[in-house]
Amino acid sequence: MNHDAYDDNYIRGILNNVKSIAMVGASPVNVRPSYFAFKYLAQRGYDMIPINPGHVGKSLLGKPFVAQLSDIGRPIDMIDIFRNSSHIMPVVEEALKLSPLPKVIWMQLGARDDAAAEKAEAAGIKVVMNRCPKIEYGRLSSEISWMGVNSRTLSSKRAPIPTQGMRLSLNRTSVGGGETAASDRAAKNKNELT
Amino acid sequence: MTDRHPGFSTLAVHAGAQPDPTTGARATPIYQTTSFVFNDADHAASLFGLQAFGNIYTRIGNPTNAVLEERVAALEGGTAALAVASGHAAQVVVFQQLLMPGDEIIAARKLYGGSINQFTHAFKSFGWNVAWADPDDVASFERAVTPHTKAIFIESIANPSGSITDIEAIAAVARKAGVPLIVDNTLATPYLIRPIDHGADIVVHSLTKFLGGHGNSLGGIIVDAGTFDWSKDNKYPMLSEPRPEYHGIKLQETFGNFAFAIACRVLGLRDLGPALSPFNAFMILTGIETLPLRMQKHCENAKAVAEFLSGHPKVAAVNYAGLASDKYNNLARKYAPKGAGAVFTFSLKDGYDAGVNLVSNLKLFSHLANVGDTRSLVIHPASTTHSQLDDAAKVKSGAAPDVVRLSIGIEDKEDLIADLEQALTA
Ligand SMILES: Cc1ncc(COP(=O)(O)O)c(C=O)c1O
Repeated sequence: MNHDAYDDNYIRGILNNVKSIAMVGASPVNVRPSYFAFKYLAQRGYDMIPINPGHVGKSLLGKPFVAQLSDIGRPIDMIDIFRNSSHIMPVVEEALKLSPLPKVIWMQLGARDDAAAEKAEAAGIKVVMNRCPKIEYGRLSSEISWMGVNSRTLSSKRAPIPTQGMRLSLNRTSVGGGETAASDRAAKNKNELT
Repeated sequence: MTDRHPGFSTLAVHAGAQPDPTTGARATPIYQTTSFVFNDADHAASLFGLQAFGNIYTRIGNPTNAVLEERVAALEGGTAALAVASGHAAQVVVFQQLLMPGDEIIAARKLYGGSINQFTHAFKSFGWNVAWADPDDVASFERAVTPHTKAIFIESIANPSGSITDIEAIAAVARKAGVPLIVDNTLATPYLIRPIDHGADIVVHSLTKFLGGHGNSLGGIIVDAGTFDWSKDNKYPMLSEPRPEYHGIKLQETFGNFAFAIACRVLGLRDLGPALSPFNAFMILTGIETLPLRMQKHCENAKAVAEFLSGHPKVAAVNYAGLASDKYNNLARKYAPKGAGAVFTFSLKDGYDAGVNLVSNLKLFSHLANVGDTRSLVIHPASTTHSQLDDAAKVKSGAAPDVVRLSIGIEDKEDLIADLEQALTA
């Protein structure tokens, strides 16, 4: 596996298939990148679990903080590690003790540990390093193109309307369509004839 | 299945554009609006806090402009881009992210005269200094590096001289000094040269020239290569330090390899304000769709005209890197194998006055201060674009008093040659 450059289909496959994501190092501080990513992924329909022993008892956007991976108590598809490279290995070792194993281990933008990646891959887990799932989701959906970012994707299909579950509103303000001076006159003429 | 990499011409037509979600419109709509409604208060707050992708206000971003940005980023092989009102605005926005008062850039001496003015005079009032180096002498860049140096700035093909810069050699100096290399790629366009492939960290353009290509719209753009680590020392606080205007966000940490483009947008464009009109973005986008075809024709015509002039008895010298005899021909073969561009200079044996006569005798060439139009253009740089320089600086920048600059259009080359012929003998 080449971890310097990922094929879009590899990333697309992961983001299309995982449903639950445990975010190790999730922060409740709303200017931290982990907070942005957590909120964005939750809004895109992922089942998000914040992991941070320092905040147990509190919750992040309505999801209770969990101290460690083994406390989640249910299978999870992906672990998104928001820690520096030097803190990756212990998290991967903890993940390898889970049963069932997660399908994907994702290390955040700036984080990379090739030895940890090798261990996870040997157990059949897919690994992504030094990427942000929010940015990759935005890029592959071309939502991020609104910021002038090169999505590196092309499409000749009509883009989906950007809000989910949107329906045409019937609640519009009516203006005087049809009731023009000419139609008034026409109605008046008709009345006078009968 | 691995991804296919679309070719340059496919990207020139498609990158960034998609049929409109609401109407199905296939051409990119002109979103001529100042502002965009929020879904709710939380959405508004997320957009302002840079937590969500989306549109707020056209000074900060606009969907038509975003198509242009993604398209040029794709053509240059960058991670992201930011379109602004002009090429000059692009330069100011770039340097505002990199420089604090007392900081310095090293710039090639052979630059568009307006850029020389901007760096020499306008930047003084920001407390930014410029050290000049000779693009034909890489060691002169090395010698100019000081602890205050924050960036190196060059043109890929220089205006007006048409000379080709050894981008890789200067990129190596920038890497060693730990500063980004900024390349003004206006005269080459990514069709002829992709500076990022040769080590540039930032590419800027005047979109006014060949990219728009029809002489009808001003514009500029900044492309982030995504290659520079802004946080490895404390040299670039706009990118590496918590930003007070965004509640302490660190831009590189948050946006990774497109943080520079984001800084240019949310700190530069937002606060300095040189936004591109969506209408201009639409005109420029339409121009870019035919960029490969136009550049082929521009280069073919330029080479034919340069060959004609170099064989003419009244012509003293032709400086076109596409000629085998030219000083820059080896660099042209390396960096611009598809063509050496369409802007070059020549001088007449009878000097300055003969140049002035030639300009007034031409019937097809337009006498004006622009380059990169479908129409062929002519100007005398020493009395116009480079008039604010002293004589020595004129010579060093390639705009000596006896030099005439041409920008060759996409007309029939026989007609261009006939016009020059009659004007030279008139
Ligand atoms: C090489 C180059 N860079 C920058 C500029 C400035 O661009 P603008 O006129 O769009 O501000 C020009 C304009 O002539 C140019 O030729």
